[in-house]
Amino acid sequence: MAIGFLQRERIVARPGWSRWLIPPAALSIHLAIGQAYAWSVFKPPLEKGLEISGVASALPFTLGIIMLGLSAAVFGTKVDANGPRWAMFVASCCFVAGFLISAVGLYLNQYWLVVVGYGFVGGIGLGIGYISPVSTLIKWFPDRPGLSTGIAIMGFGGGALIASPLTSQLLTGYGATGDDPSVPGIASTFLTMGIIYAVFMSVGWLLIRVPRDDWKPAGWDPANAKSAPLITQNHVSAANAIKTPQFWLLWVVLTFNVTAGIGILEKASPIFQDFFRDSTAAEGLAAAAAGFVAILSLANAIGRILWSSTSDFLGRKNMYRIYLGVGALLYLALTLTTNSNKVVFLICCMLILSFYGAGFATVPAYLRDLFGTYQVGAIHGRLLTAWSTAGVLGPLIVNAIADAQIAAGVQGPGRYTTSFMIMIGLLVVGFVCNELIKPVDPRFHEPDSTVTAAEKEAAT
Amino acid sequence: MSAPSESSSAPRAVNPVLAAVAWLWVLVPFGYGLYQLLIKIPALFGG
Repeated sequence: MAIGFLQRERIVARPGWSRWLIPPAALSIHLAIGQAYAWSVFKPPLEKGLEISGVASALPFTLGIIMLGLSAAVFGTKVDANGPRWAMFVASCCFVAGFLISAVGLYLNQYWLVVVGYGFVGGIGLGIGYISPVSTLIKWFPDRPGLSTGIAIMGFGGGALIASPLTSQLLTGYGATGDDPSVPGIASTFLTMGIIYAVFMSVGWLLIRVPRDDWKPAGWDPANAKSAPLITQNHVSAANAIKTPQFWLLWVVLTFNVTAGIGILEKASPIFQDFFRDSTAAEGLAAAAAGFVAILSLANAIGRILWSSTSDFLGRKNMYRIYLGVGALLYLALTLTTNSNKVVFLICCMLILSFYGAGFATVPAYLRDLFGTYQVGAIHGRLLTAWSTAGVLGPLIVNAIADAQIAAGVQGPGRYTTSFMIMIGLLVVGFVCNELIKPVDPRFHEPDSTVTAAEKEAAT
Repeated sequence: MSAPSESSSAPRAVNPVLAAVAWLWVLVPFGYGLYQLLIKIPALFGG
């Protein structure tokens, strides 16, 4: 049980509290932990400064993503039980500790401390931080769950936009760039970022509030709320949710949707350079590829809020039909048109990446629709193991096939068309799984008395 | 048990300055990141 000011009862919002203060609280956490996607900025100085391989320099990130999925699954129930302030505080401590341990490791020339610090300890912060605001946002925005979770999860995408230039500037300032980067300079960068994130994330756990049990948005009547077969008024526990076919169908949907996005995201720069090597001057190709990566990042971030908000009107199942069905058609267009039209190529890639981000952002609301709000944070945590799986599967497929094609002497888009066809297959399987999702069998529903008792216990 | 709660105070609206600061706290860094990203995009079109 959380103690003192971390207790859920201490953050029950007073009458008049604005729910529009909850998204900035959530963003304070997600914009920070989204730094994970900017890890690649640390790779060149670590490799040159410590004389380690590319695989070794990727270890802290890889372990971090694995720990994200595991800790979200393991601690999800505790996050729901103890409340968002506890979760945000613990996430902040772990995430910041990851940077500080890494800094100490680099000052001492002990790289394993970076792996343990950033990857293991920081990764626990990633998982708890990622799910920390989700159920709270859904409770504050019962009328717009897609919008509210879309804002927060867009923050995770946006975190890399901030961290990437910030890290580069700090590394430059501390003399940790070039062919002979200063290792203490890299350590100082970790230390500085740890301090910055400690301050930035504190606003999250200070500002977060949970609504009173009887609170509802002004003018919103649950009785008049949009009803659909897949939107339940009942509640399913996390332990029961993983016994339902709906959970595992959604797990496959998320895994393949993420895998398909990673198919492009993982090798965005080489894909662009291989597609347009002939039509672009050599000196401009690298800069153009960097622009391509940037525009994909933008599409990823915008897709999270745009499509997730749209799901409040079109319904979650319909949105996943678009992500998976249209996504498959876009991959088909890429396979058929390859580099014949740059505009078509860009539009296809941007839409695919927007659907990738949207898949993450819409899934909490989909879970709320299927399983209710009772333990939606914990269920979301368990579902994030799909992300860890896709994080391994996507790069594995694309890199293995591209390497084989390069070894066979294939040039240009031909290096990737096989991967794209595999992505089409995965998206079609995901589409079928989404079609199979039906309302949860009532035998999995919690009795009303259980839910009420749990809410009362949480509030005392 | 019922400990002192931030919900026990009388109904009153949130200070608009608090709301503005909270949003600026997250939007300013996000805007910085967005700007850094946008300036890379023209190169994609030969700019």
